[in-house]
Amino acid sequence: MNQQLTTQRNFDSMRKSLNTLGSSVSAIILALSICAVLLLVTGKDPFAAYSKILETGLTGEKLLEMLKRATPLIFSAIAVAIGFKMNLFNIGVEGQYLFAALVAAEMATHVSLPRPLHILFILVVAMVAGAAWASIAAFLKIARGVNEVISTIMLNYIALSFIQWLFESFFRDDSDGGLNVKTTKIAPSGRMPDLVHDRLNGMFIVALVVAFLYWIVVFRSRFGFRLRASGLNPIAARTAGIPANRMVLIALMLSGAVAGLIAMPAVIGDVYGYGPSAIATQFGFAGISVALLGRNHPIGIVGAALLFGFLDSTSAVLQLSGIPSSIVKVIQAIIVLVVVIVNEASSRRYNRRTAERAAADLKSQEVQS
Amino acid sequence: MTQSKNFRLFVSLIAALAIISTVRLWTSQDALTSSDTIGTALRLTVPILLAGMAGLWAERCGVLNIGIEGMMIFGTWFGAWGAWQFGPWAGLLFAILGGVFGGLVHAVATVRFNIDQVISGVVINLFAFFGVRYLSELVYVGKQGGGISQSPPQKWALPRFNLPILSGGEIAGWKSPDFLGWLELQRWFILGDLGGISRGLTHNLSWATVIAVLVVPASAWVLWRTRFGLRLRSSGESPVAAESLGVKVNHLRYYGLLISGGLAGLAGGTLSIVASSYYRQGQTAGRGFIGLATMIFGNWRPSGILIGAMLFGYAEGIKLVASDSITALFLFIAAISGVFFVVAVIRRKRVQIAVALSAFLLSAIAYRTVDTVPESLTQALPYLVTLIVLATANQRLRPPAMAGVPFRPGEPH
Repeated sequence: MNQQLTTQRNFDSMRKSLNTLGSSVSAIILALSICAVLLLVTGKDPFAAYSKILETGLTGEKLLEMLKRATPLIFSAIAVAIGFKMNLFNIGVEGQYLFAALVAAEMATHVSLPRPLHILFILVVAMVAGAAWASIAAFLKIARGVNEVISTIMLNYIALSFIQWLFESFFRDDSDGGLNVKTTKIAPSGRMPDLVHDRLNGMFIVALVVAFLYWIVVFRSRFGFRLRASGLNPIAARTAGIPANRMVLIALMLSGAVAGLIAMPAVIGDVYGYGPSAIATQFGFAGISVALLGRNHPIGIVGAALLFGFLDSTSAVLQLSGIPSSIVKVIQAIIVLVVVIVNEASSRRYNRRTAERAAADLKSQEVQS
Repeated sequence: MTQSKNFRLFVSLIAALAIISTVRLWTSQDALTSSDTIGTALRLTVPILLAGMAGLWAERCGVLNIGIEGMMIFGTWFGAWGAWQFGPWAGLLFAILGGVFGGLVHAVATVRFNIDQVISGVVINLFAFFGVRYLSELVYVGKQGGGISQSPPQKWALPRFNLPILSGGEIAGWKSPDFLGWLELQRWFILGDLGGISRGLTHNLSWATVIAVLVVPASAWVLWRTRFGLRLRSSGESPVAAESLGVKVNHLRYYGLLISGGLAGLAGGTLSIVASSYYRQGQTAGRGFIGLATMIFGNWRPSGILIGAMLFGYAEGIKLVASDSITALFLFIAAISGVFFVVAVIRRKRVQIAVALSAFLLSAIAYRTVDTVPESLTQALPYLVTLIVLATANQRLRPPAMAGVPFRPGEPH
């Protein structure tokens, strides 16, 4: 009997996973068809574009670039997903990671430590800085009931100004007199080694580790259970004795801490410092897309980040062959929109079917007895 | 009741005017209320105001609209394209249509498919940002003065006018006197400021500005004085009750979002057609979010949004016209918070006393110590003000009750 129940449950969860995977894949195909229509309408050949993307993307060099471009997206998406798991919408990842990048880059130049410790120090500082910036939104939500969507949007802009001010007034280093001003260069002991020289940084491994830790903490620990419970049904969670305010604080700070790592592949793997034009922006928003596409699941997130990294890696080549490179970003946005819509529709259908099946089972049991 | 309320509003306006006039004479920063500053402030107010009204229409019908920024981006691009091709009036029309397209996407995603309203808004922002970049690559690259992040400049501008008699406008070829300009030049206490402010509002006006300002009373009238408006607001306050009375909630949400998108598009259009003569990437510069902020600041009411947009527009305007006058504003804020402090002491409101006192001390210290405010920090001002308003006045704000909650007609609730 027990055996039967377990098989039944496994079967159910497999059906659900298949349902998820199927709807995601069909959504991506649908999104690609919409983009094909868009390309056709604007007078470009969609098949040429797509085959160009595949042709250039599936070379060794570009696949390495895909991994490189996926790295910050994995961090960003996990930061967003931690919030999502508790029904918190952290739009402030953008501000959190840029603030963390500046603070970590600056702090890194003020200590001298042996190699692994120096790197660890920088990563910890970045996480603390990201968590600190996120805690403002958490505080506003807990103490004053301010919705985190609005407060994190506002905090993004405040962060941008604040960072600019800090950088211009205190942290910029004009010693090399270059046009590309940055903070003082981080000493070699604080630089993350490359996996493949100049192509892929060791932060990629860190990203995979963070994805794994995310899975353990959020899906397999007591804390994660409380987190997800608070997200699924706040009232039930509170009744069960889960402290709502503390969960908000911890979730947002965890999210901010992971967000703090987003710029690290650049800060300690490429630029060795912070500079307004050297550190890429917009990863915070891209992370929202990746988290949505990956449905907040670690495997899904890594897969979605790889997909986005793959698309991004081909954009430069597309440009050369007469196809506007922005189409890649348009494809990404449409994929996310379609995936979200299809997921919503399919999960509603799945729930309805499950309910119908349960009702049918109940009926047949009644007949038997 | 309303009479005493109007009277109080009148008194506080005069008091504010008296304080700013004193500050102006004290610091001899005439730019504080010059017609130049006010005119610039008005131009900068318009896009924020329209974005705020866009937020109002969306949230009043029950849908959050984080995508205003994206709809504004559509407005800037399509507006500039239309103005470049067919002239400025057509440009404004295209700007509205561009915004309506964004509103339609948001409506289909949230009303038809019930996806999370914040998610849909965020995705629309991304889609708009890169979508118009793609269009620019197709249309503008290779044209004279155009490129991937910029449209070619427009050949025509919208007509501007001065109000006759008061601000030196022309009546049938006769140049009437510039009475307000004369008054402004006298620099008299209060009257000089009144002259500067009124001249700023009536001098060198663009017709688009007039239309934009008229959106406020028009929206207020439609939303609060017509049957359509009542039904639309009821879909935001209590969709279930509205449905039970035969209101087609989802239809109204479609209308609300299309209007919201159109207003956001118009806001974008004023940026690329009125405030400048070409489209530029990043032209909206977060104004859609400032618009959302003014909507919260204005407590989801048109008059409040107008006041909030004017405040933000003024702050931005004075930064542009006379950045060295900003320190004088600290004195103004200090004086205002001083008045609030006295009022709070009389009324014995502890929290208000604390807030007013700290605002007074902070701005007084800032006035004494700060010589120049870094440009980077003044940019954060609207966002900071919004956070402070949200944190201090959250209990007194009243958003539409069901804004943000998906609604499926006919389902058991």
